[in-house]
Amino acid sequence: MWAFLHKLGSPKEFYAITARWLTPLWLAAVALILAGGVWGLAFAPADYQQGNSFRIIYVHVPAAFLAQSIFVAMAAAGLVFMVWKIKLADMAAAMMAPLGAGMTFVALFSGAVWGVPTWGTWWQWDARLTSMLILFFLYIGVIALRGAFVSREGGARAASVLAMVGVINIPIIKFSVDWWYTLHQPASFSITEKPAMPAEMWLPLLLMVLGFYAFFIAVTLTRTRSEILRRESSKRWVRALVEEGR
Amino acid sequence: MAFESLSAFLAMGGHAPYVWSAYGATAALLLVVGWHARAERRRVRRDLERRARRERRQAEAADASHDERVSR
Repeated sequence: MWAFLHKLGSPKEFYAITARWLTPLWLAAVALILAGGVWGLAFAPADYQQGNSFRIIYVHVPAAFLAQSIFVAMAAAGLVFMVWKIKLADMAAAMMAPLGAGMTFVALFSGAVWGVPTWGTWWQWDARLTSMLILFFLYIGVIALRGAFVSREGGARAASVLAMVGVINIPIIKFSVDWWYTLHQPASFSITEKPAMPAEMWLPLLLMVLGFYAFFIAVTLTRTRSEILRRESSKRWVRALVEEGR
Repeated sequence: MAFESLSAFLAMGGHAPYVWSAYGATAALLLVVGWHARAERRRVRRDLERRARRERRQAEAADASHDERVSR
């Protein structure tokens, strides 16, 4: 296990090992999101209170999950980079940040348009909504901070530190609905309990959540591999790879 | 199927603007990010190949001028 992880930390080994994962991941992402999306939009029953606006759950919840998970992944990568000086962790952190910002935006946007028919307002300074908005600004901050440094090393360190400090916002987002219950409802799902909705409602959601995670991993792997080629373009193994036309 | 007709599906029981804008924004993000990741990959590979070709040409040119000097 440790030997495998150690190998994965080397850009060259990482590039070789992950080559086989790409196609299955992209296929899984497309298949799960298409199936979950069509099921949720056209086949899942409408909610007896919310009607069809309930279908927004199938994009809102997966986007909100990813928005938070990507930030945690970014902070973990920052920690690995700072403690063990593994450059690959920093490359991955840099490559996943824009997707995290995008997912946070989609979670906020889909929540706002869901709020209009459901709550009668698209925005309120509710704790969950506000902490998600802060998450969006944290993403922007991490991306901008990295770009503000002339030296790559300096930008990488600053971005890592901000991600590691900013991750404190994640438990705040999670518990905001319990601590300050003003507008946003508490979590509808938990790993330990049976869902409080029928299977034909939560199964498409499960497909969407899995599909979004597959998409995140596929995008991050693909982009990190490109970044490896860019940064190691003068190394012999990259030259050999190009010569072979692979 | 939760809808009787295509028009009922598109109308979303009066919630069309909310449902379709939320799904539209999500689809746009997924498509743009997915397309960008693949375009970036193609671009990096193209640049590497171009550079390899250029270096090969330069090496051949250097060889040629060397041969010329030797034969003279």
